[in-house]
Amino acid sequence: MNEKIREIEAKQMREDALEFGIGDTVRVDVRIREGSKERTQAFEGTVLARRGSGVNETFTVRRVASGIGVERVFPLNSPNVQKVRVTRRGKARRAKLFYLRDRTGKAAKTKARDIR
Amino acid sequence: MKGIIGKKLGMTRVFNEDGTATPVTVIEAGPCVVTQIKTKDSDGYEAVQLGFEKMRRKSATKPRIGHLAKHGLAPRRRLAEFRVDDPGEYQVGQEVTVDVFEPGDVVDVTGWSKGRGFQGVVRRHGFAVGRRTHGNRNHRKPGSIGQSATPARVWKGRKLPGRMGAARTTIKRLDVVQIDLEKNLLLVRGAVPGANEGVILVKKSNTGK
Repeated sequence: MNEKIREIEAKQMREDALEFGIGDTVRVDVRIREGSKERTQAFEGTVLARRGSGVNETFTVRRVASGIGVERVFPLNSPNVQKVRVTRRGKARRAKLFYLRDRTGKAAKTKARDIR
Repeated sequence: MKGIIGKKLGMTRVFNEDGTATPVTVIEAGPCVVTQIKTKDSDGYEAVQLGFEKMRRKSATKPRIGHLAKHGLAPRRRLAEFRVDDPGEYQVGQEVTVDVFEPGDVVDVTGWSKGRGFQGVVRRHGFAVGRRTHGNRNHRKPGSIGQSATPARVWKGRKLPGRMGAARTTIKRLDVVQIDLEKNLLLVRGAVPGANEGVILVKKSNTGK
């Protein structure tokens, strides 16, 4: 990529490096604007994938809400993504965990990772 | 005059306050230099010629060197004309930078589109494709190209397969999103014709208001 484009992107990257990996369970604080009011909504689930690079990086979070699978893709550098907290570290042997979509119950969970 | 010669660097995105993202093309615009002024008396119309990117004297043609040496200028790789109302405002040798634009301006961007080679009628003109199965043998054919004994020829302008792309293309009404005066960068909303590193003309749009 062009060096000058990288500089433009660097200015927009978030400063708080979000440290979470694929398979982790995370809680994403999303800023939501309703009319003139602003509030924060949390979305908690398993990180299935991270894709893209630079400002264009996004991550996919999946949760099963009342029996229905819900996936949201967040741009990592969007100002609407306020905070990402890791609630559980998970072990993943793939870069993309799309196979979790076909599983239910215990099989749909990633194994906890020892934090050493 | 609100025009400049630039180089397409590539695309990225810019996040807005409200969290939406704007797709932008980054253009390295200028600095250009005024290389010639055309007036009604001298050329029959009024325009300013700009030059962009210095080049090695060795690789410049003699006519080009001569044209610019008239005013003591070094050879430039790209020359382009922009129409102006009053050429008296400009002088040869004057520098033109991105500051002719400001965020919020609406511009037309001209470039040389990427060559696509010899393409069929489906890709080139957007013809419909035929059914793939059930005995159909018309998949990507153009179909009928005209009548019979009268006129006994194919009308001019008939859309047929052929070379696609590599043509001068203008995209109208793009918004200027951001400007970097120090680095001579112009960020324009949306896509712009041509490959990265391609030369591009940016002009203030005069369609609509």
